[in-house]
Amino acid sequence: MTNDSLQTEAQLNADFQARIDAEEKIEPRDWMPQKYRQNLIRQISQHAHSEVIGMQPEGNWITRAPTLHRKAVLLAKVQDECGHGLYLYSAAETLGISREELIQALHSGAAKYASIFNYPSLTWADIGAIGWLVDGAAIVNQVSLQRTSYGPYARGMVRICKEESFHQRQGYHIMMTLMQGSAAQREMAQDAVNRFWWPSLMMFGPHDAESAHSAQSMTWKIKRQSNDELRQKFVDQTVEQAEVIGISLPDPDLKWNEERGHYDFGEIDWKEFNRVINGSGPCNRQRLEHHISAHEEGAWVRDAIAAHEAKKQQRANRAA
Amino acid sequence: MDNDLTQATADYAVRLGDDALILGHRLSEWCSRGPFMEEDLALTNVALDYIGRARMFLGYAAQLRGGECTEDTLAYQRDCREFTNLLINELPRGDFAFTMVRQYLLDEHSLLFLDQLGRSSDSELAAIAGKAIKESRYHQRRSREWMLRLGDGTEESQRRLQNALDDLWGYTPELFLMDELETALYELGIAVDRAALQAPWQAAVHSVFSETAVTVPSGGWEVVGGRTGYHTEHLGHLLSDLQFVQRAYPGCQW
Amino acid sequence: MSHHMKLYEVFIRSRRGLDHKHVGSLHAEDAEQAMEYARDLYTRRSEGVSIWIVNSSDIHASQESDCESFYDPLDDKPYRHATHYQLPDKVNNM
Repeated sequence: MTNDSLQTEAQLNADFQARIDAEEKIEPRDWMPQKYRQNLIRQISQHAHSEVIGMQPEGNWITRAPTLHRKAVLLAKVQDECGHGLYLYSAAETLGISREELIQALHSGAAKYASIFNYPSLTWADIGAIGWLVDGAAIVNQVSLQRTSYGPYARGMVRICKEESFHQRQGYHIMMTLMQGSAAQREMAQDAVNRFWWPSLMMFGPHDAESAHSAQSMTWKIKRQSNDELRQKFVDQTVEQAEVIGISLPDPDLKWNEERGHYDFGEIDWKEFNRVINGSGPCNRQRLEHHISAHEEGAWVRDAIAAHEAKKQQRANRAA
Repeated sequence: MDNDLTQATADYAVRLGDDALILGHRLSEWCSRGPFMEEDLALTNVALDYIGRARMFLGYAAQLRGGECTEDTLAYQRDCREFTNLLINELPRGDFAFTMVRQYLLDEHSLLFLDQLGRSSDSELAAIAGKAIKESRYHQRRSREWMLRLGDGTEESQRRLQNALDDLWGYTPELFLMDELETALYELGIAVDRAALQAPWQAAVHSVFSETAVTVPSGGWEVVGGRTGYHTEHLGHLLSDLQFVQRAYPGCQW
Repeated sequence: MSHHMKLYEVFIRSRRGLDHKHVGSLHAEDAEQAMEYARDLYTRRSEGVSIWIVNSSDIHASQESDCESFYDPLDDKPYRHATHYQLPDKVNNM
């Protein structure tokens, strides 16, 4: 590179950072550092994949929902997740990558999705726990991301947050109903919370000091609040919700810290966190297999559409 | 309404509710398994319409039957022999061609059927039909386009479309079958004369398939029995899925 | 594959009397299918009364490098904005 172009690059970078610092949004056609683009593609696609893979543990109970009302609500909710995945793929595509490429990266294992979805949904109460805790944690993160620096991602988040408000409520409502029910139902609810509490806390990622992408993402304002800040926010708001319905959170170290004005909580089992991320969760292989097989089974349909469209063009050309 | 008529109307509403519930259940099985995301989402919308329709019909039936009966006792506490849905609705979802052909055949039928039910002397049934036909117009627009796309597309899509049509065709005569209950209710202006829908349905279906490479089967076999609870073996498995929670934990609120 | 389905941009009018607003994009075979998917995807909560579908490749966008000549000249016409005019308090709601 010549001196001149180095200087230009440095100037572009400086202008870019100045724009970010001034809280201006970055839009698709703006100049952006290659690493900003890659970082965004990684984060947005991981978010999109999480929405789509997240359809599975809840989808697992659509045919078994215990009332017609619950069935309709769950169906609408899982459908929303598909829609949110679409909004996010659509935001990622503005960065110059196709949905097909993103899906290939998911299938090859190059791209990740939220590790929480590698846990199985075993009972109906899990649908309550997922809505209340998993969506609850996701919303804390997404509310913060409404202020992310990339315009299409921020706008997608605004839309998603608006739609997700019912997701957590319906989950909490399921838990509340179970806690008011029979002994077996209460036991089912408590068991679900016991299994989903820690994985929900893991959703916020490693401690700030250990997070690989965090510092740069904060400077570029892709992320607006740190993993630990968001995790604390989630714990603080959830403790009271648990008390209201009389369910306990499985952490003996959980207690109010007057001085900090926050709840203290125990240490996450990071060994398990890494184990599940690296493929040894109960459902890692199943989740990917499900997605790949649906994609492969759909190939002939997508081919048929393409062939039909080509024939239509031919007919139009002949007629012209 | 005298009691016999009330119960007959309730039975009729249960049939229509069962049709919607079982088809909606089959469609809901596609969620997260669609050929691409836009279609996954669209199919789920159709499933939601049917679950909503089931709740309206079964809710009305429960109201007519009175006592402890609710939409949920009807959906979750009857066994296979008491379900009265049409057989075509309970067949497993199959591949995308099977699902869309079934949907198309049923959508064309729904347009005709709901138009008539909208004129029912029973104002509740007429109101449900009025809401449902709006949904069905959109469903039919979608499924009809899929017939044209798949029928034009590739050799594989044409083959799958043809197979689906061949496998489904013998279940369509049941759509037009009148029995004692429906005949009696038709004479009172409550039910629809299904038999009268067959000719316009045939015309619509033939006209769409004539635009594609598939041929409409000439017939030769027909299976009926849903209205008397004489089902395919598939329904029992569907119900064991649908009803599992309520059966395992009876008497609970959910 | 979705890469041989075209990309469409979706604009929704949320209420009569308002402008159509860009809400996102989707993939479809043709405009008709795009319209249906837009209805399913972007109006699940009755967010719209009218939908526009535009082939993404048909959008011509101004370039970042045009910014100075495009927008800066418009920057010096504050008199186009109502706030430019200081009026007596009594009529301030004009």
